[in-house]
Amino acid sequence: MDNNRIKEIIAKRVAMEFKDGNLVNLGIGLPTLVANYIPEGVEVTLQSENGFIGMGPAPEPGKEDPDLVNAGAQYVTVNEGAAFFDSSISFSIIRGGHLDFTVLGALQVDEKGNLANWMIPGKKVPGMGGAMDLVTGAKKVIVAMTHTAKGSIKIMKECNLPLTAKGQVDLIVTEMGVMEVTPRGLLLKEKNPEFTLEEIQKQTEARLIVSENLKDMEI
Amino acid sequence: MNKLKTIQEALDMIKPGMTIMVGGFLGVGSPELLIDGIVQRGIGELTLIANDTSFPDVNYGKLIQNKLVKKVYTSHIGTNPESGYQMHSGEMEVILTPQGTLVEQIRSAGAGLGGVLTPTGIGTVVEENKQKIEVDGKFYIVEKPLKADIALLRGAKVDKKGNVYYNLAAQNFNPIMAMAADLVIVEADEIVEVGQINANDVMTPHIFVDVVVKGDR
Repeated sequence: MDNNRIKEIIAKRVAMEFKDGNLVNLGIGLPTLVANYIPEGVEVTLQSENGFIGMGPAPEPGKEDPDLVNAGAQYVTVNEGAAFFDSSISFSIIRGGHLDFTVLGALQVDEKGNLANWMIPGKKVPGMGGAMDLVTGAKKVIVAMTHTAKGSIKIMKECNLPLTAKGQVDLIVTEMGVMEVTPRGLLLKEKNPEFTLEEIQKQTEARLIVSENLKDMEI
Repeated sequence: MNKLKTIQEALDMIKPGMTIMVGGFLGVGSPELLIDGIVQRGIGELTLIANDTSFPDVNYGKLIQNKLVKKVYTSHIGTNPESGYQMHSGEMEVILTPQGTLVEQIRSAGAGLGGVLTPTGIGTVVEENKQKIEVDGKFYIVEKPLKADIALLRGAKVDKKGNVYYNLAAQNFNPIMAMAADLVIVEADEIVEVGQINANDVMTPHIFVDVVVKGDR
């Protein structure tokens, strides 16, 4: 499947989770695309952890403001009704239970809802930035990612990379399906009709529990 | 009390080996001339406290690029490859801390608290060698206060008394760091007369600010 198509499927499906009035933080990369697919009639406020709510799209060329960037240092705009604050308030929003959703990518995620997305020992140590706070504090944590990393498995029985947070992930959305973290393990609730159950399980280390109400993913 | 100083006078206060905290997020909301001055003078052996280590050629990222930092407290070094090199070679010690914890460590230093209790990092390497406390059945990590000799900040509008107004997302760590250092230097995009910032719009009250310098924006 074409890479852009994969991203579109994932971003579109994640956006369907939001309810009118939700406050949402979108991570860098694929999760940022989710903003393009928020359904009509659903008003979502986006938070940028460097200190504002009400983030809008990228500015027109020539209209960039050096003091207005997102958490990835890209120029953005704000919508009417936006608000700026300092980093302490920003993370009070995040940790304090005021954020409805955080959407972020993963290096690994497992059937207990553990997430690893901030370092590969000996190879890459960028740091956790705001990810640990986001995953610990948001009411709902959605992992939005390609099902495998070019074939190497990311949905594990147990993560073996250093964790970002323990047992905090609620939902995993990939181009193959939608999996909910439950006390019994990963419940496959929706699947992309282009894949068979066997194909999906083969790309997943954790054993998938197939929902009795398994639906086709809207793609 | 005259808080207005030249950049050179302000730089005279920054000594090798000091702990400095620098406001900003990936360099946005950071003092440009003060950082360039430190690089020019080669004031080294610094301990840096900043949200991230910026980019190699952007603001406080230059301190690392020029090997002036021996230790850094930060949440993210991924945008400055030089930080990773110096960490692996052992030239620079890197203390990685979740961003929300870092800002609360700084805030608690300025607020006279003995640190903060946070659930962030429980079950991860962040909790290693730290005290944990159970409150009403939930576990928290004890994170200690973090203060500096000098805070280097940037404000959009600063009056001659030292009241600060920040612009848009350039606020970030600045108002928190203003409370957590022995000496607070603010680089102002614009210096205005006292009274020209409405008292309602003051974001950092003047009592936190020791020195005001004019930036080149």
